[in-house]
Amino acid sequence: MKQSEFLKTVMPFKDKVFRLAKRLLVSTEEAEDATQELYFKLWKNKNKLADYNSIEAFAMTMTKNYCFDRLKSKQASNLKLVHSNYQENGTSLQKRVELNDSVSLVHKLIENLPEQQKIIIQLRDIEEYEFEEIAEMLQINPTAVRVSLSRARKTIREQLTKQHNYGIS
Amino acid sequence: MELANIEKLLEKYLNAETSIAEEKELKNYFSQGNVAPHLKEYETLFGYFSTSKSERFTKTIQLKTKKTNWKWLSVAASVVLLVSVYTGYQKNQEQKAEKIMAETQMALGMLSANLNKGTVAVAQLQQFETTKNKVFKQPK
Repeated sequence: MKQSEFLKTVMPFKDKVFRLAKRLLVSTEEAEDATQELYFKLWKNKNKLADYNSIEAFAMTMTKNYCFDRLKSKQASNLKLVHSNYQENGTSLQKRVELNDSVSLVHKLIENLPEQQKIIIQLRDIEEYEFEEIAEMLQINPTAVRVSLSRARKTIREQLTKQHNYGIS
Repeated sequence: MELANIEKLLEKYLNAETSIAEEKELKNYFSQGNVAPHLKEYETLFGYFSTSKSERFTKTIQLKTKKTNWKWLSVAASVVLLVSVYTGYQKNQEQKAEKIMAETQMALGMLSANLNKGTVAVAQLQQFETTKNKVFKQPK
């Protein structure tokens, strides 16, 4: 596989890889390093990529595994976790100010979910993958994805409603 | 979009039974700003999903490693090694030559000292010869 061909295949999902890494590793710098490292790994294994029916799914699986390794490793445990450095582009300024508090609340709620549910929320609600694709990425069956997703959504909603009713955010 | 429909979709959404298209419908509804008061908390949720998706990886990805640098490093190392071996060898030769030089000088010095001793003895012998000649007449 030539470099240009490789880039054409893998570049379209670099933001998705980055966002998943960030969801799991929290800090932007860590996520950037992870993305870089992952693409380097993909490049090294470029000859094997043709064997996978979906390179994107394979890359997401690799990202997940890599991030888990990072979280387990001592190196990551020494790093300071940054919680509030995400950016919100695309919404109007006024709306952004208005939503800012509650948006970071959603962020925190997702952060508190178990790893598996966190990944599924990320892949489904943000990246909009089909259940079958998520199942392939996580190597579990689609029903399990559905169950986890439903559980995660309900947890978030419950917490949000609670906060909303109390007027605390 | 009817409110009843949205509520139905939300119910399905929580059970993870919505399709991607239906979820897009929900995202659209909650992004247009005119949201029913009792569904306000969903607005932040779907708003968060949309804004999260717009986050980008801004750095450039590098595929080339520093492997080539390692190659050059080994070349440099072997050059350094060669040079140091060569200079070490030179130095060694020099030292050897100096040692030999010193030894030869010492040997020559000893030789000349001994030679001088010999000449003194010969001079004494000469003295003895002349005295003998004085005492005994030389036969003609």
